[in-house]
Amino acid sequence: MYFGLPDDAVALKEGLREVLATACTPATIRSAWDGDPCDQLWKVLGEFGVPGLLVAEENGGLGLDELGFVAALEECGYAGVPGPVVETLTSLAVAPLPMDGSARVAVQALNGPTPHAAVSTHVLDLSGTLYELTKGAGEVTETVDRSRQLATFEGEALEIRLSDDDVALFERRGALGTAALLLGLARRQLDLTVGYVKTRQQFGAPIGSFQAIKHPLADAVVGTEFAWPAVLRAAQAIIDQDDDADLYVSMAKALASDAAYRMSRVCLQAHGAMGYTVEYDLHLFAKRTWSLSKDWGTASDHRELVAEHLGIRSDV
Amino acid sequence: MDLRETEAEQQFRAEARDWLEENVPHGLPSGDTQEGFALHLEWERALFDARYAVVSWPEQYGGRGASVWEWIAFEEEYYRAGGPQRVTQNGIFLLAPTLFEFGTQEQQDTLLPRMASAQDLWCQGWSEPGSGSDLASLKSRADKVDGGWKLNGQKTWTTRGAFCTHLFGLFRSDPESERHHGLTYFLVPLDTPGVTVRGFARLDGDEGFAEVFFDDAFVPDSAVLGGVGKGWSVAMATTGSERGLTLRSPGRYTATVDRLLELAADREPDDGEVQRLAQAWMDAEAYRLFTLQQVTNERAGRGRPGESSLNKLHWSELDIRLHELALDLLGPDAELEGPWSKGFQFSLSGPIYAGTNEVQRNIVSERLLGLPRK
Ligand SMILES: Cc1cc2nc3c(=O)[nH]c(=O)nc-3n(C[C@H](O)[C@H](O)[C@H](O)COP(=O)(O)OP(=O)(O)OC[C@H]3O[C@@H](n4cnc5c(N)ncnc54)[C@H](O)[C@@H]3O)c2cc1C
Repeated sequence: MYFGLPDDAVALKEGLREVLATACTPATIRSAWDGDPCDQLWKVLGEFGVPGLLVAEENGGLGLDELGFVAALEECGYAGVPGPVVETLTSLAVAPLPMDGSARVAVQALNGPTPHAAVSTHVLDLSGTLYELTKGAGEVTETVDRSRQLATFEGEALEIRLSDDDVALFERRGALGTAALLLGLARRQLDLTVGYVKTRQQFGAPIGSFQAIKHPLADAVVGTEFAWPAVLRAAQAIIDQDDDADLYVSMAKALASDAAYRMSRVCLQAHGAMGYTVEYDLHLFAKRTWSLSKDWGTASDHRELVAEHLGIRSDV
Repeated sequence: MDLRETEAEQQFRAEARDWLEENVPHGLPSGDTQEGFALHLEWERALFDARYAVVSWPEQYGGRGASVWEWIAFEEEYYRAGGPQRVTQNGIFLLAPTLFEFGTQEQQDTLLPRMASAQDLWCQGWSEPGSGSDLASLKSRADKVDGGWKLNGQKTWTTRGAFCTHLFGLFRSDPESERHHGLTYFLVPLDTPGVTVRGFARLDGDEGFAEVFFDDAFVPDSAVLGGVGKGWSVAMATTGSERGLTLRSPGRYTATVDRLLELAADREPDDGEVQRLAQAWMDAEAYRLFTLQQVTNERAGRGRPGESSLNKLHWSELDIRLHELALDLLGPDAELEGPWSKGFQFSLSGPIYAGTNEVQRNIVSERLLGLPRK
């Protein structure tokens, strides 16, 4: 029995952590809030092979599996990498596009304005059309996390054939990758908060010495710590093409959505008014968490799917 | 028990409802921006002209001398009609009750009418960078000089400070003093030389916060509210209003629940959401009932210690649950800018301002339950 990331995924994760610490700072995220597509950061990701992580080695990719995928995405979450990260990695696995960071693919779930379309080079429609964007963003819809602005787009349509199985795999990876990203975002918020409550003094003591601060943080950590193994299990289920893959992916996304959301609440509260301003960095990670906790299926959508798998309910 | 409103109360409610339905402006931009604030002031002045700005105040100051029951009814009608946030709230709901209790006749006569008519706009200058929950550790100083005081120091997180004209704040007037001794409550025009204000953005990106700096700012003796060195007890009177009834009346939450039910009617709530909708209605209604009981008890001299903290815990946690449910109903659309996502962000500040909920829990357990302090 061995339950954990394989060595190559651990090495990738550590390397990426080091690189992103300088390539993706809060200032980088803030520039994405102002509409910057962050080409330099994506170039660094490209040099690291991240966009083509799931692409076979003979096709120029890293040839990693879903365990490598969640390892990388957890770090991207920690750094708050802006743009369509999960979407690009999953799309490059089905569409032959450059893997050097120059291609960024947004995914259109419903017909209409699409998150990240304004900073992407392509939009993939899961019905099997890949658009190469020819113009800048069309009409923009503002989002609370401004790095996720929705936009309409215009582009040249390329047909790519996606079988039902391809689409199913794509959706599993989307939900799984987002779960990993969420847990990285949660870990970042936790680190910021632990650092803050150790130094912030009130009533002559660090606020981190109060049980009212410690206990909710500890509870939030229980949530995230128990969601991560579910992410690993789901990754392995996809690799093994388990019959239970959908069940485990839904479990991972439901647990990660709720745990990361809970973490964002606890961290904000522990900061007092200090965290309640856009001048401080916490909000950059909290707002992404709120969006992603409902992206690729909300926790409640995924719980319904779990219930269905368990035969608790068949009419959903 | 008598659940009926008197004829006079019914008439008061009906008149208010009619007027509000006719006059409430819809879709005002946020009052936490320069542009929005100006539009909100127009609305505040319209309220004043109709004598609806401060219904519970005496007529001589622009009110209607309304009873507390009428005031609760007015709030219900105000939020039911979709009335906007009250950008004057920190003056009319926080400072005014304190002025009625501690102000000199002259302070009341000059300040209250200008506050009611939204000519003077008040912000609350209590917190400092190093003193939030631990307010008694505050460092801003007031030094006695001929005819008045020189103020020095910094306040922060001052709500709408960049748009207001006046500040009520706490300063250490006795340099030898510690903790809650030797503090004085001052009323300070923000155009006083030596005062500078820098607005900054809150969680939703609007400029709802400010830092206020005092650099040898002179205020006359008449700027003291409630006596030199009495600042702490005067301030504690304000916190009662802030946590309890006046700042956050039940009408706000019952109206939010109404809008939540409308939202749910357009979506397809799942079983879990249906349960939470029912719970939301009950929790808002329970707040209303608790309030009716609380007012009754207080008028009968049966108030309990720590009750305003119970109140604050209930409305602030309720507000978050209402907005979380709305965002869950919206699903992936929850991330779009709009009234619910904005309201959600604001609801997250409820457990922080007006004394954090951790501190309120300490107060409830120590003062109401009598648990040992440590
Ligand atoms: C939207 C908003 C509007 C505001 N408006 C104003 C205003 O107009 N004027 C003004 O003066 N201030 C204002 N404030 C500031 C507010 O009063 C403070 O945020 C509040 O007093 C908490 O202080 P702090 O932010 O420094 O947090 P801290 O006191 O540093 O607290 C941080 C965390 O530690 C916890 N904590 C602290 N002490 C204890 C303890 N003894 N036991 C257990 N837990 C503890 C807190 O509960 C919190 O979770 C506003 C704040 C917000 C968010």
